[in-house]
Amino acid sequence: MVCDSGSLGVRRMADSGKWEPKIVAFLCNWCSYAGADLAGTSRIQYPPNVRIIRVPCSGRVNPFFILSSLQKGVDGVLVSGCHPGECHYLTGNYSARRKFALLKSLLEFVGVEEGRVQFSWVSASEGVRFAKLVEKVTNKVRALGPAKRLVKTPPQGVVHAAAHR
Amino acid sequence: MQQLTDEIRAIARKLLRDKQVDVVIGFERGSMPLRRRPCFVRKEEDADRLVWDGWCENTLATYLPKRKEKAAIVAKGCDSRAVVELIKEKQVQRDQIIVIGVPCRGMIDRAQVEASVAPARIAQAEEDPDFEETLRRTGSLHDCCKTCAHPNPVLYDVLAGEPLPQKVQDPFADIEAFNTMKPEERWAYLSREVEKCIRCYACRNACPLCYCPECFVDASLPQWVGKSVDASDTMIFHLMRAYHLAGRCVSCGACERACPVGVDIGKLNRMLLKEVRDLFGYEAGLGLDEKSPMATFRLDDPESFIVNP
Repeated sequence: MVCDSGSLGVRRMADSGKWEPKIVAFLCNWCSYAGADLAGTSRIQYPPNVRIIRVPCSGRVNPFFILSSLQKGVDGVLVSGCHPGECHYLTGNYSARRKFALLKSLLEFVGVEEGRVQFSWVSASEGVRFAKLVEKVTNKVRALGPAKRLVKTPPQGVVHAAAHR
Repeated sequence: MQQLTDEIRAIARKLLRDKQVDVVIGFERGSMPLRRRPCFVRKEEDADRLVWDGWCENTLATYLPKRKEKAAIVAKGCDSRAVVELIKEKQVQRDQIIVIGVPCRGMIDRAQVEASVAPARIAQAEEDPDFEETLRRTGSLHDCCKTCAHPNPVLYDVLAGEPLPQKVQDPFADIEAFNTMKPEERWAYLSREVEKCIRCYACRNACPLCYCPECFVDASLPQWVGKSVDASDTMIFHLMRAYHLAGRCVSCGACERACPVGVDIGKLNRMLLKEVRDLFGYEAGLGLDEKSPMATFRLDDPESFIVNP
């Protein structure tokens, strides 16, 4: 809302109009999400490109979540959980580590760029690490450019209902 | 070959006569040359239908899950490994089956033989025959048989014939060569392959380890992957089909043979076979006591892929 009597301050985003990557981050509730929270409450600056989805555990991340994200057109996916040995559910991240190792090499094998999908560990006390991680991931994905492989484009002639609203 | 056939028939006859099993699952001659089809023998006198030669390519372990009766199965190296995995995954009870192990020299790829005599058509083909035209056996094998390192059954109750010498070779030379290509070349190749797919799911149905009552491609709540032949959906179907078989695939090649359009399904399977071997030191179906790699973990699993800011 803008009042007639007041002044309106507008600050443009740096390089607005330039392409910026969209990154989905699956963070586990107990460590990485809390780490992101700490980064926020500590007022640590990090790139605004991540959209965080909170999951109970990194072991909850089904590889389909990652593939569906890429299909829907995100430019990068970050998955982060508790450090090994610190999982709230004791072993969730150990199982996740095996799943991710295979998924990552499978995606790279078929030609999805290295860096589109990244995995890390961030504990609840590592607000600084989380900010640095997002910075690193964003820079990597930005360098890769917009995602093209695995992105699903609706067939031509089909207009989505949402477009009419 | 005739000797192995006779041995298998004798074993089947004995098992049926002694009522040790209700059915013997093996191969019989198909109605075309180069064709053998799965055969379910329930009566002692029918045991003479069973044959064994270089075209017994189907993976018979596919017929074991959900079978109520006691069955004997004719098993090559890959079949027996599939049986091991099925027992480990509690789809088959060990005491409900009798495995008739048969050492396998590799199965002959019908398409290659047909191509080598084209445009003529084949009237008759036999192994070790006295025919006017002969082909080299090793050159005409299925791809999965050329790289097979386990020709002998790993689990059996009766063995027909003598165990074959183990082949020593690097089974993943093709995957390593593929990996040296640029990512965009790999993507282009696999996109072209996957584009052929008509989503018939024959690969899934032929697979001995794909026994889920509801496959992820059939689920609609949630719908994990789109059901059309959209390029992205089809690629994801193939990725996840292979991924679900990681650490379970016994490289029997049933999926590749079942594919009506010749998608290079083996590339993804074999890449994951290699990765599971390299990362977790595991090869599927070699022992009943080994835990499946995706059902377990080690504290010191490789994690060089983890990003450290």
